Amino acid sequence: MTKAQWRFEFYRTGVVIITAVLLSLLIIVLVSDMPGLAIKLFLTGPLDSLRHFGNLVEMVVPLLFTGLATTVMFTASQFNLGAEGAFFFGAIGAAFIAVNWNLPPVLHPAVAIVWGGIIGSVFCGIPGALKVKWGSSELVSSLMFNYIAFFLGLYLINYLLRDVTAGAMVSFPFANSSKLVKIIPKTRIHTGLFIAVFTVLVMGVFTYRTRWGYRIRVLGTNIEFARYSGINTTWTIVMSQVLGGFLAGMGGSIELLGMYRRFEWQTLPGYGWTGIIVAILAHNNPFYVPLAALFLAYMKIGSDIMSRSTDMPNEFVAIIQGMIIILISASSFLSKQRHKMIVREAIS
Amino acid sequence: MTSDAVLSMEDITKVYPNGIVANKGVNFSVRTGEIHGLVGENGAGKTTLMQILFGLNQADVGKIFFNGKEIKIDSPHAAIAQGIGMVHQHFMLVPSLTVSENLVLGLEPRRGFIFDKSRGIHITQELSKKYNLKVEPDMLVRDLPVGLKQKVEILKALYRGAKILILDEPTAVLTPQEMVELFNELRQLRDEGNTIIFISHKLAEVKALCNRVTVMRAGKSQGVFNVEDVTEEDISRIMVGRDVILRVEKDVAQPKESVLKVNRLTVVNSFNKRVVDDISFSLRRGEILGVAGVEGNGQRELVEAITGFGSYGLGSILIDGEDIKQLSIKEIRDLGCSHIPEDRMSYGCAPTLSVRMNLLSYKHNRREFNRRFFLMHMSTIRDVSTELVKEYQILCTSTEQEVRCMSGGNIQKVIVAREFSDNPKLIVANQPTRGIDVGATEFIRKRLVELRDRGAAVLLVSADLNEVMELSDSFLVMYGGKINAFIEDVSNFNEEKLGQYMLGLKSQDVDEIGRALHD
Repeated sequence: MTKAQWRFEFYRTGVVIITAVLLSLLIIVLVSDMPGLAIKLFLTGPLDSLRHFGNLVEMVVPLLFTGLATTVMFTASQFNLGAEGAFFFGAIGAAFIAVNWNLPPVLHPAVAIVWGGIIGSVFCGIPGALKVKWGSSELVSSLMFNYIAFFLGLYLINYLLRDVTAGAMVSFPFANSSKLVKIIPKTRIHTGLFIAVFTVLVMGVFTYRTRWGYRIRVLGTNIEFARYSGINTTWTIVMSQVLGGFLAGMGGSIELLGMYRRFEWQTLPGYGWTGIIVAILAHNNPFYVPLAALFLAYMKIGSDIMSRSTDMPNEFVAIIQGMIIILISASSFLSKQRHKMIVREAIS
Repeated sequence: MTSDAVLSMEDITKVYPNGIVANKGVNFSVRTGEIHGLVGENGAGKTTLMQILFGLNQADVGKIFFNGKEIKIDSPHAAIAQGIGMVHQHFMLVPSLTVSENLVLGLEPRRGFIFDKSRGIHITQELSKKYNLKVEPDMLVRDLPVGLKQKVEILKALYRGAKILILDEPTAVLTPQEMVELFNELRQLRDEGNTIIFISHKLAEVKALCNRVTVMRAGKSQGVFNVEDVTEEDISRIMVGRDVILRVEKDVAQPKESVLKVNRLTVVNSFNKRVVDDISFSLRRGEILGVAGVEGNGQRELVEAITGFGSYGLGSILIDGEDIKQLSIKEIRDLGCSHIPEDRMSYGCAPTLSVRMNLLSYKHNRREFNRRFFLMHMSTIRDVSTELVKEYQILCTSTEQEVRCMSGGNIQKVIVAREFSDNPKLIVANQPTRGIDVGATEFIRKRLVELRDRGAAVLLVSADLNEVMELSDSFLVMYGGKINAFIEDVSNFNEEKLGQYMLGLKSQDVDEIGRALHD
């Protein structure tokens, strides 16, 4: 992209975000009986105490992984929406290691995270393999696979890992050696944050500086040109999704080992879905994923805090997300301005 | 503006979403009853200007006047309502319908709610008689040769009441015989009071057919001329902005051993049709072998088979003695085979990636571009790209520019730079200069000859007869998937005979064709 195009995309994304936020404020004003307090908590809540700030960072960590996972798959033009299922299933894989194995502290979570990643990569790789083998749309099959992951996962927990003495459908407690260490007192921020930041850098370099990343980018831009360039497109299509699944599975494992003592999810946690929005907002650039993840986490935590002290329900954040998706993916939004800019630039 | 102009466009400016300025302050006008040539190199903005006139594109600045009144043309419907018709370069016909059904499509005669087929046929016959354009109403369009399809398109426009007819490069797909016929028909239409706008970049045709000519260069009009007052050389100079010699200087070829051997190759397509039918030839180091023929006679499938893009059933292809049947595209490339694809945007480049990344392509695995830990050597990639851009005179703001923002000629140069810089043994060049400007064409042709002289074997597939005749040392003519003729010496051969081979009216005997296999 030329500089002007970048500038325009930046500006467009900014307008989208501002529009979404303003509209959500409008909804608060219309719906709430205490709009002043609600807006204040929504906008400043995540920063008003260390605990709330901690919540924000805790939320960013899983979003980085699911955002990166979706980014790498979208870069290859593979519209695999399986990050949600891979996240969930990866976490279940990690839970088995955390409960059943005995390993020294640092090694234990490392093994669990890698194992969770492998489970996730198998999970996202299957829709990819189905695509190259039988031409089934990865979008449809990955979407369906999320439910397979969910129910199969609950089955495994229920029959193999359930602590019947606990009184709820949860697993046995994790071994202490398997947990990720908390790094900031009074918050639950854990060492997973370092892994996440490191992964962002690795994925950025991978995408733009390695030949594998090059193959994925060429594949995503023009599959015929990829073939023509001697790139094994079948392999690359599958590998991009395997890699995406690995990242999502890692993310699920890290979330579980950093934030929980038992496996206790009864529904899909939703980080995979939000990860798709993260990837779209970041324009599939790994280096922008942290910004997008931070923004979305801020909205979520803000509405959470707001819902606790006011009459606004926290589901209202879904409205903002929906608006962002529609506006960003509506390619003709602001296209007149873009064309004017191009005409001005071209003629001058 | 002349007062007798029936239609005029004033100060038209059009910028495409990718930032390319296709038209800049263009004035254009035509009179009743003339054939008006619109010439310019590819990318000069002729087609865009006519698309604006026909409502397929909207101008960003500028006005259109019809009989002195300003009009707005925001869709082809509006254009047709004003009596403007267009025959596109790529025909807009439904192949599975008959001639008469295509002709009346959208304005069908009806009996109650039902399409009146016999009236449709009747209308077609009437029109055909009236304008002396002979077509068979009952034939399916997909069975028609290109020349007849074009007639159907012209009739279609006339049926819709066109008084002003735009023909976009109508001769590009025609054989010399079909062209003569078309010209006679166009003259007759003109004499009946119609106006014809004839887009072309072939000056001899303009000179033979048109009354006046508007010359375009780089999106701007360079003026209007009476055809009698100017010579072909004059127009060429105005069009290109300098004198061009399209003759390629080359010595007699000195062929050495065979690099490519095609033996009884047969390709069957998904409709079970033999698109390449039992052909054999060999190509030697140091020679350019042309493949001429009307498009769609198996040339594409032949190229796909050689480059590994498509599979083939029977026969064998050997590159340097190695059978390539089981090899991947990458392995064929590793044998030293370069490939300039026919469709540069679909196969030859990644439009939204940078020049640099496009120059890398199949070389991205090479040791020189890679360091430890799978990292690519970004500075080497940058330096090599910068050098290639300089050597091949590629116009771009930097090597980081996206290729889709460049002109066709420059994109083609990026592809050529990538393919030629690799010291290839075998070059498969499919339409290497299609749709690009004269400067780039000249450059690419010279390079091909240079590479030949350095010992490369070149297979040149081209629909441009001049190109085949000019560049090749010897050439094949393909018709219906077969080799219809092998011309060993290009220098003493006339175009008319070639046309007959291309149309399948004549073919050489087996022995003559057999000479294409050298050893």
